Amino acid sequence: ETPKPPAAAAVCGGGGSDPVPAGASPWWAPQPPAPHTLRDMAGVAGGGGGGGGGNDFQWCFSQVKGAIDEDVAEADIISTVEFNYSGDLLATGDKGGRVVIFQREQENKSRPHSRGEYNVYSTFQSHEPEFDYLKSLEIEEKINKIRWLPQQNAAHFLLSTNDKTIKLWKISERDKRAEGYNLKDEDGRLRDPFRITALRVPILKPMDLMVEASPRRIFANAHTYHINSISVNSDHETYLSADDLRINLWHLEITDRSFNIVDIKPANMEELTEVITAAEFHPHHCNVFVYSSSKGTIRLCDMRSSALCDRHSKFFEEPEDPSSRSFFSEIISSISDVKFSHSGRYMMTRDYLSVKVWDLNMENRPVETYQVHEYLRSKLCSLYENDCIFDKFECCWNGSDSAIMTGSYNNFFRLFDRNTRRDITLEASRESSKPRAILKPRKVCTGGKRKKDEISVDSLDFNKKILHTAWHPTDNIIAVAATNNLYIFQDKIN
Amino acid sequence: MGEEEGLHQTQLLDTMFVRGLKRKCFDGEEDIEGTLAGFKAIPSYNLQRQSLLDMSLVKLQLCHMLVEPNLCRSVLIANTVRQIQEEMTQDGTWQMINTQSAGQTSLDRLVSTDILCRSSKEQAEGKLVPVYSTFTKDCEGTQSQDNSEIMSTVTSPQAPRNLQSNMWEMENPQENRGNFQKSLDQIFETLENKSPNTVEDLFSEVDNSYYDLDTVLTGMMSNTKMGHCDVLETFPSQTTANSNSNCKSDLNELDHIVEILVES
Repeated sequence: ETPKPPAAAAVCGGGGSDPVPAGASPWWAPQPPAPHTLRDMAGVAGGGGGGGGGNDFQWCFSQVKGAIDEDVAEADIISTVEFNYSGDLLATGDKGGRVVIFQREQENKSRPHSRGEYNVYSTFQSHEPEFDYLKSLEIEEKINKIRWLPQQNAAHFLLSTNDKTIKLWKISERDKRAEGYNLKDEDGRLRDPFRITALRVPILKPMDLMVEASPRRIFANAHTYHINSISVNSDHETYLSADDLRINLWHLEITDRSFNIVDIKPANMEELTEVITAAEFHPHHCNVFVYSSSKGTIRLCDMRSSALCDRHSKFFEEPEDPSSRSFFSEIISSISDVKFSHSGRYMMTRDYLSVKVWDLNMENRPVETYQVHEYLRSKLCSLYENDCIFDKFECCWNGSDSAIMTGSYNNFFRLFDRNTRRDITLEASRESSKPRAILKPRKVCTGGKRKKDEISVDSLDFNKKILHTAWHPTDNIIAVAATNNLYIFQDKIN
Repeated sequence: MGEEEGLHQTQLLDTMFVRGLKRKCFDGEEDIEGTLAGFKAIPSYNLQRQSLLDMSLVKLQLCHMLVEPNLCRSVLIANTVRQIQEEMTQDGTWQMINTQSAGQTSLDRLVSTDILCRSSKEQAEGKLVPVYSTFTKDCEGTQSQDNSEIMSTVTSPQAPRNLQSNMWEMENPQENRGNFQKSLDQIFETLENKSPNTVEDLFSEVDNSYYDLDTVLTGMMSNTKMGHCDVLETFPSQTTANSNSNCKSDLNELDHIVEILVES
């Protein structure tokens, strides 16, 4: 099939070239002795050359953060995970409205084993529970999304949002303290001006590093429905926020106004059959964004075409397979996450059972489809009853767009290599949490005789769901949120 | 229905709702036989479908009204209900099933769509939604819609009885469908925006001051050690930040030094 020529909106004209040469092994498999080309992304351990032993690409346990108790406090449940642009900072948000930021330790020759460990850098309460008096309803403090801004000075900025309010936080370091004020004592009490007989210049003295988080902007009162996505634009000046029915465009400096750019609320709410589930700006074209729906469609919009982007420039939908139609077809087609590739040429969508990669130039079907847990298809009614069918899984790309990752149940998560089409299932568990222990691939037995080490579908724990995962922007480091624990895995470097 | 029974039934439903099992053309005779036979083996398609419908209605009913219900989930469940209802209407089984089952369960099922419109609090107090919904309409919503909604909700307790009597008389299926549709629509009325935009505008000033307080408190409560001087420093820096919003020009060191020199 010849792909359709790009629309006048000129989306992804050139895009990026394929990042990983075809035929290269997946990064988790031991390198074959045959020579192969080097990967072009920095940080991939032991790439290329050498061949043979000692070049294992295998995921190893690195760290786990969080309480070990079986009793999980609701507020501690992690609700979002995000690396910043450099990968040095890793932010998590939880149901209690807190944000915890981890910083990667610098490599230290005297302590080689603590290579790139993430330790707590800052913790702050981002959102508090609120009560909407008009509706007599609580507004949850749960952090739905965190998005970092590109770093422009010494401080770090991130956007965090709950259902209704987005906040811009500044995280800055302070390692100096002023002493010798004229008007106040060392304990801060104001001095009586008449008692001051001499003036001095305050001196800056070093102090223990202190990391402060302060809210710089509060973007409130713009969303009637629950915010599900925020996305920073490539112009670094604007961002979008999306709720179930509307998408708003904000300027980072302006908090009392936002532009509504998408509105799918029907005039008559009785006619409502579709909601917005996720939205994201294109990584390079600041006029382009996409939003996904509960009916499994993605719309790409160009903000240059009109102020209200109710008419899409592109419409992505895969035709339904009539042989697999059931009452649950629509529910499992609902897209829970949409992410552009770093190159901007592709986008990935996650629905209940699969992950699909779309070429932005081809609207009628995805170019790749990966089954996450197809064995659940025969259990849809049970999953509907216990509401698991409404779980919203996220997905993410690796830095070179050669691999994708998404979560599943039983604390399993899945990684797919786009070039070799191989996949692996791993588990985030305390049992396989010995330092630098290589993770063993897991397998779900779908029927018939269960082999050793396999787990049967009926034994899966549906309360242990991995909804949020993140991949370091350049290195093979992944962060996996398993309820109230954050697992960090790294590939093994020899 | 006991928990175990329910679980058993769902597992049975799972085996029938697998991929590719599309129901074939409705054939009255065969179906009755199938139903009878079904009781011995796996439940018949109709029974499963009915069970799914019941489950869906219960799900919509159990909206936890302390926190706003998830709109996406509600829309998906409602679409599923519509799908089942449409199929059942096409088959003509919509009426048939209701006449076959006991009067009591039929009434329950119909009443449940009315209860869907009520918050759990109001159910306990025995109030109806209409009073609540008049205050909670969108400004862009029409006034007439308000009134018609009140009317329909007020009369709905009587509606099930009317519907039931209609069914017994095997009367107009279109009407039944219409009533069902209306109840389904009422679900969305309660789920949509509760507060008119203008009222939000009125209170926007109050909201902002709340956030200012929030801002100050969170600034003070950053859980790193603070010297006394630093506490006072942070306080003014919060307010200045709010008034002169320009984080781009906010160079960390310079800001800090200026604060010290100005001793604000």
